[in-house]
Amino acid sequence: MEERGMNERIRKLRRVSLDTPARIDLERAKSETETYRKYEGELSVPELRAQVLKEYFASKTLYIGEGELIVGEKGDAPQAAPTFPELCCHTVEDMRVMNDRELIHFKVNEEDYKVQEEVMLPYWEKRSIRHKILREMTPEWKAAYECGIFTEFMEQRGPGHTVGSVKIYEKGFQDYKEEIQEAIAHLDFLNDAEAYDKKNELEGMKIACDAIMILGERYAAYARELAEKEADETRKNELLQIAANCDVVPAHKPQTYWQAIQMYWFVHLSVTSELNPWDSYSPGRLDQHLNPFYQKDIEAGILDEERALELLECLWVKFNNQPAPPKVGITLKESGTYTDFANLNTGGITPEGENGVNDVSYLILDCMDEMKLLQPSSNVQISKKTPMKFLKRACEISRKGWGQPAFYNTEAIIQELLNAGKSLEDARKGGTSGCVETGAFGNEAYILTGYFNLPKIFELTLNNGYDKVAGRQLGPQTGEAAGFSTYEELFEAYKKQIAYFLDIKIKGSNVIERIYAEHMPVPFLSVITNDCIARGKDYNGGGARYNTKYIQGVGIGTITDCLAAVKYNVYDKKKFTMQELLEALEDNFEGHERIWNLVKNKTPKYGNDDDYADDIMKSVFAYYREQVTGRPNMLGGTYRINMLPTTCHVYFGEVMMASANGRLAHKPVSEGISPEKGADTNGPTAVVKSCAKMDHLQTGGTLLNQKFTPGVVAGEEGLTQMANLVRTYFNMDGHHIQFNVIDKETLIEAQKHPDDYKDLIVRVAGYSDHFRNLSKALQDEIIERTEQSFH
Amino acid sequence: MRLITDIQKYSIHDGDGIRTTVFFKGCALKCQWCHNPETQKAEKELLYKEEGCIGCGACSKVCPNGAVSIQNGKAHTDRNICTACGECTDVCSLNLREIAGKEYTAEELVKELKKDEMFYEESGGGVTLSGGEVMLFDMDFVEAVAKKLKRAGIDVAIDTCGYAPRENFERILPFADTFLYDIKTMDNAVHKKYIGFGNEQILKNLEYLSCMGARIYIRIPTIREVNGDTASMKAILSYLKEKKIRAVQIHLLPYHNTGSSKYARIGKQYMGEALHAPSKEEMEGLAKLFKEAGYKVKIGG
Repeated sequence: MEERGMNERIRKLRRVSLDTPARIDLERAKSETETYRKYEGELSVPELRAQVLKEYFASKTLYIGEGELIVGEKGDAPQAAPTFPELCCHTVEDMRVMNDRELIHFKVNEEDYKVQEEVMLPYWEKRSIRHKILREMTPEWKAAYECGIFTEFMEQRGPGHTVGSVKIYEKGFQDYKEEIQEAIAHLDFLNDAEAYDKKNELEGMKIACDAIMILGERYAAYARELAEKEADETRKNELLQIAANCDVVPAHKPQTYWQAIQMYWFVHLSVTSELNPWDSYSPGRLDQHLNPFYQKDIEAGILDEERALELLECLWVKFNNQPAPPKVGITLKESGTYTDFANLNTGGITPEGENGVNDVSYLILDCMDEMKLLQPSSNVQISKKTPMKFLKRACEISRKGWGQPAFYNTEAIIQELLNAGKSLEDARKGGTSGCVETGAFGNEAYILTGYFNLPKIFELTLNNGYDKVAGRQLGPQTGEAAGFSTYEELFEAYKKQIAYFLDIKIKGSNVIERIYAEHMPVPFLSVITNDCIARGKDYNGGGARYNTKYIQGVGIGTITDCLAAVKYNVYDKKKFTMQELLEALEDNFEGHERIWNLVKNKTPKYGNDDDYADDIMKSVFAYYREQVTGRPNMLGGTYRINMLPTTCHVYFGEVMMASANGRLAHKPVSEGISPEKGADTNGPTAVVKSCAKMDHLQTGGTLLNQKFTPGVVAGEEGLTQMANLVRTYFNMDGHHIQFNVIDKETLIEAQKHPDDYKDLIVRVAGYSDHFRNLSKALQDEIIERTEQSFH
Repeated sequence: MRLITDIQKYSIHDGDGIRTTVFFKGCALKCQWCHNPETQKAEKELLYKEEGCIGCGACSKVCPNGAVSIQNGKAHTDRNICTACGECTDVCSLNLREIAGKEYTAEELVKELKKDEMFYEESGGGVTLSGGEVMLFDMDFVEAVAKKLKRAGIDVAIDTCGYAPRENFERILPFADTFLYDIKTMDNAVHKKYIGFGNEQILKNLEYLSCMGARIYIRIPTIREVNGDTASMKAILSYLKEKKIRAVQIHLLPYHNTGSSKYARIGKQYMGEALHAPSKEEMEGLAKLFKEAGYKVKIGG
């Protein structure tokens, strides 16, 4: 394996992080079970939940790795994944699958199967949130869920998207505790019907503050203990400094850059140990949060750039040590990855509206470049005020081809937040987390509720609401497709199907929301989310300043091309009839090669800056948005949309037969707002123009993946134009773009299946061309050349 | 009316910034190394990838002229009969058949070229009219396109081999911001051998443009067998000096054979098999000659 890191310390830590296989760690689950047995019925639900965290932190195995400067692990060591039986109590069979599966596996100790069977399952199976949810969902919801119409994020993970604000660098948990005590003192038991509930919530928050402080104290003591035994003088001093840091944070506000990083890390561990919120927890605007400490320490002469970078690299290793808690079933399919989606937004603007790039921003870029780790997702915010130098440095890393950093548009994010009713100040502090989802950092619970399969619903529309893959009537009967005499009639039927399934989805989400509010409050997260203390309400119960629910539309490229194929060939040009098309789809286009060629190669498609297709995209987007945006959720906020898939486009394709755009049965649908694979044949400017015709500012985030071969972005010219491409897309209000600079494996695949890679551009010799248009010999040469440029 | 074979967006090596390059169909020269042979003939023609053909016969059934037959399990098109009507392109399930050459009105073309306006502005790019040879045939069309682009504030570069009547250059001059002007060799015998024509007219047009104050990038396709030696480049250099050609940049474009597979698709044979690019070191040596003479040089576009 390639060794990376600025020095031997980091290289060693990084190696351990990458070489250690992920495994299940039941310590948390065992501790939690005991806590429930001891306190359930005695404590209120919020207090009980906080007590779970406190007991775990009071007893958990501590870990300080060799050479570590930032300390703390969620489990007992790197790559140990605690389980959350209160959310999803895995069966023994689930655990065997996790242990054995080829991808995203988690090793399970032999004795843990027994613990799971004898302790966890009897206690948690029917208490788990997953069980409660499945009990409450209607038959229609279950049918749509099982057939892949939509997914449900909270089915085995808690509500996520939690991004830190600057607050944790301005006050310690002792201060938070006092603030909570103050809020309890001011509860109005004379007039406020909710005063009692608020008190329980606030008491829970106090216990949560104790929990994190106990963890800090224990780490201070442990570091001192190790220091005593340490023979090496340098390391001894480091351990003593770690202990001194833990004396300060998390109880008090950090005084130094090093302590600020340690503070963040304790908070990260607390949020992600309290519950399993998908998208773990994110440092958000880390460069802006750390910069004052950095400047102060440099000034004081207690820090230099190298040490500052080293501490960041230590933090990076910590992120990478935490695999996302194991997933099973459909949730695994929608998010099949170890990545826990901790996300950084470097750059952007300050809360005052000025250029936000500072010295730490550049250090973070150097750190991500050097570490090349998937976690944290180290992304950049680009504003019109961002210096070209910073953008180009980010492009320089991005073009190395492993996908980071991705680029977020600051002005678009701010507009999106303002459109959703946030204040300008909160909007400027915001950004994106998870993949691309917009939120007001530290002030908002913005919850993804599930992916929504737009192309599958069109498949149902063509079959009068019947799901031919599952063999059941799923949607309403909106008419036989062959009976629609115009495209508009067909589109009306599609709209009815969308509306039907959205109602089912939203009804389900509203119930799930209440289940979490009642049974699964998160008092720790509520402490650090603005307004929860003042309102005496939980993060999962509407305590945050803003409360948004997102439903993520998937497959806009595929659905657009399907509708375009029908409109163009059946209604406009009359190249074939609807009946002929339905037969071709039924037969997966076998024996219908002419129709296949027409829909695949001779029809306007999304991603080519062609209004014929792009107008259709706009119509689908507009309807989907109208149907979702503004509907009330149960937390006092509203539903909104975003357009991203994680890995769900693969699953959503699996449940589908062949589609009208020539996509074969069970193949993935398009991802994010990117065009269908192979549909875009006019280069990246046409792609981003098509994408920009979507009204990004009305969403809570969109995802665009742009593929390049290394040659296209090579040299000063390639770099400059890559930066210009980003700028121009952002000038058109594009929300996000990421670059996939193609590796050798992909090129070989592209050679085998040229039709799937029609949009792949390669740099040839002084000019660029489509890979598919090159002779085999030349392709071979480029494949070889690419490999050279990578090693 | 002119035929266009391709409109290539995000062109970043045909002039400044992000550009859209238009490939006009039709060129008088017959450069052996030409990597866009489908742009040589001024009329539409069939592009056909024989490798993937399974001989299903759908194309032959639909051909209104009876030009297509199945021979040895592959479609064979008699190009003397084929009118490039395109009927067969819809029915080929493997998408192996395509027509090179699409008609555009000036309005349609400009509308398409304006689509990337925002990119031109951000990057200092624009439109490059290339080919084939843009400066030959229907100059009314070319002039109208350039004029409309100019009026829209879009930078126009003319990528030309120079082999066209002087008056055509006179007509385009007011609307062109830059000329990407090819010089191949000063040795007229060599020029005739590899290109089919002498270079007299090409050089005269260049002198005219320079004299008129045009902004010129000299582009030299560099081929070991043709001009890839110091003497050939020195000859070009002394010509530029002697005629006081005001070149903003010199681009040395190393030969590549990426177009060779396209010849079979239009039923022709590639004549450039014996040609080679100079080595990287040789290219740098040649570039140095120009650099030392005070020119800004780039290897590649």
